[in-house]
Amino acid sequence: MRTNDVMLQTATKVVTFIILMFAVHIFFAGHYTPGGGFVGGLLTASAIVLLMLAFDIPTIKKILPINYVVLTAVGLLIAIATASASIIFDVPFFTHAYDYFDLPLFGETSLHSALLFDIGVYLVVVGVTMTIIQTIGEDE
Amino acid sequence: MEIVMSVAIGLLFMAAVYLMLSKSLIRIIIGTGLLSHGAHLLLLTMGGLGGTAPPVVADGVSVSDYADPLPQALILTAIVISFAVTSFFLVLAYRAYQELGTDNMELLRGTEDYE
Amino acid sequence: MSNLVLFPVVIPLIFAAILMLFPKKLHMQRAVAIAGVVATLASALVLFSKVNSDGVQAVTLGSWPAPFGISMVSDMFSVLLVLSSTIVTLFVLFYSIPTIGMKREQSFYYPAVLFLMTGVNGAFTTGDIFNLFVFIEVLLMASYALIVHGGEKPQLRESIKYLLVNIISSALFVSAVAYLYSVTGTLNMADLAVKIPQIEAVGILTVIAVLFLVVFGFKAAIFPLYFWLPGSYFAPPMAILALFGALLTKVGVYAIMRTYTLFFTMNTGFTHELLAIIAILTILAGCVGALAYFDVKKIIIYNIIIAVGVILFGISQMNAAGIEGSIFYLVHDMLIKAALFLLVGILTVIFGTSDLRKMGGLIKSYPIFGWTFLVAAFGLAGIPPLSGFPGKLLIVQGGFEGTHFWGSLVILATSLLVLLSVVRIFIYAFWGEPVKIVPIDRKHYLSMFVPTAILVALTVVLGVGAELFMPFISDAGEVLLNPSLYIDAVLKE
Repeated sequence: MRTNDVMLQTATKVVTFIILMFAVHIFFAGHYTPGGGFVGGLLTASAIVLLMLAFDIPTIKKILPINYVVLTAVGLLIAIATASASIIFDVPFFTHAYDYFDLPLFGETSLHSALLFDIGVYLVVVGVTMTIIQTIGEDE
Repeated sequence: MEIVMSVAIGLLFMAAVYLMLSKSLIRIIIGTGLLSHGAHLLLLTMGGLGGTAPPVVADGVSVSDYADPLPQALILTAIVISFAVTSFFLVLAYRAYQELGTDNMELLRGTEDYE
Repeated sequence: MSNLVLFPVVIPLIFAAILMLFPKKLHMQRAVAIAGVVATLASALVLFSKVNSDGVQAVTLGSWPAPFGISMVSDMFSVLLVLSSTIVTLFVLFYSIPTIGMKREQSFYYPAVLFLMTGVNGAFTTGDIFNLFVFIEVLLMASYALIVHGGEKPQLRESIKYLLVNIISSALFVSAVAYLYSVTGTLNMADLAVKIPQIEAVGILTVIAVLFLVVFGFKAAIFPLYFWLPGSYFAPPMAILALFGALLTKVGVYAIMRTYTLFFTMNTGFTHELLAIIAILTILAGCVGALAYFDVKKIIIYNIIIAVGVILFGISQMNAAGIEGSIFYLVHDMLIKAALFLLVGILTVIFGTSDLRKMGGLIKSYPIFGWTFLVAAFGLAGIPPLSGFPGKLLIVQGGFEGTHFWGSLVILATSLLVLLSVVRIFIYAFWGEPVKIVPIDRKHYLSMFVPTAILVALTVVLGVGAELFMPFISDAGEVLLNPSLYIDAVLKE
């Protein structure tokens, strides 16, 4: 029997985007304040899980045709590459570079290579969480 | 504050041991979750509770009223690890339940392939 | 400042991530995995020669000053273990190509092996006790994935227990780290070695030392914490079992060796005495198991426990002979255990069973295999000039020089039991009436036998050429005996 989930589906269409926006905010906030790739990744994963709950997994797979294992691998590679870049500059592993730039619109902004590392972490977290949930969720 | 934390940690460990000694697999998993929470709280408490002091040494902050940030970094790492392990355990328990048809540890003793 | 220390840790990680991109392409998976291990081996060799010429290498991550950042340290001891674990992984990889099965190969078997290698090499290299926890968790995650890999019923059942035991020991690890941090205020191993002698509360430090012994004891399978090992290691296929038997318990042993020589030396009268007693009990418990079973896998699994006891006994003596013996025996044991598991794996393929009583008469059809097995068995028991002998000799000598001559006597006596337990396999499987064997074609047999035979040959080289390797072993022992060498390298400037 199909339950009536109009409420959930309607709410989800709005809430998902709010969660995703908040995930982006938390991700960038991690630079100086609480937040970062891990939390941002979990929030993104929770948005996708909400979509999967409201609709169903095949539909979501059609909308987001992402292979989450590959996403994890790409995230890992980005993270390792950022950390390994220090090898080229002959400074200890994981040494980060940062500086202040005058960007249009943003004004003076500090850019940090840790952000690249965090993008890797973000992708790994989304990938791993979604892989786990799909493994359990796929068979009824 | 340390006393309150110690009691809380003790209660968590107690509940964890109780749950892990039961026969149902899902209770055991909840028990392991509580056990790692207890260990994380212990790490936080043992590193010294800084109260409301900032974890950075800036101008105007003397070293005496500064919260040690290291325990927080440590438990963050430990939480991530226990998150990963617990989710792996849940997937494993689910697969095992599907394949073996039971979540009763009594029935999972399994020595039929040994002598 | 040299990032070279990190190469054996980072290279397998990169290759594992690359392998996850194309799980279904069989030939690419094999080629890239082997390329990754070979690259790791090359970097480990370069690191080895660097450590050999320039002494202890250390790098602190993120350009932080030494006690605050995470230090990675490579001394002779750790680089020897990195080298031998990489060699073992390479040969196990060659062995798993014909045996592990296509289905497993296509579902992330090779990435898991490389992640395991990242964890093992990292645990051997790290100079920070919390980072050791992280690397042990990395290798445990990989081992969880490998132990259920394929998802057969006994594997699922045993991996639940394996996981549970390791989660409990990890929680204890975090608690032990918490206590250590609250007492000393540091987690950097070199800094701990400086701070611990200055602390007067020896009692609480002894408690922490014993707690760490329990934590690492779970991993190393010491008495009475080895209960999980025989069941869990029995479940996975032979290639994975060889990897586990050769590497996983050794990480626990390494952690005990490192902590008990570098900084938990404030109350040796209690802690090292306890270690010696536990080591002897571990040997005895392992012997009982090794003699009691008629299953070839079980016999070798219990031999892991015996070896752990022997190595720890050498360390508990805290003298040059004992420690050098332990290091030699540790390297020998990694190679010989992997070789024996692979040999036993071929046996079970040939007979289609792992029950000794259903085997017999193989020497006629597979003579070379039989004699190779006998050489490996003699090597395990420590018959001169094979590789088990020099290590055991030094450990026994250490016991006689120290206060535990009775321990040395037990080790000598149990060597005979070890010999009996493996020669029993030889007698049952190779002598006697030939029984029906599973026909396997020549090519398949050779693809299993060649990597195994090379591994056995390596152990023979290690034994016969012991004189050649001894300078490195005593180099490694010197760092363990003189913590100041280690401390100076990490906390330099």
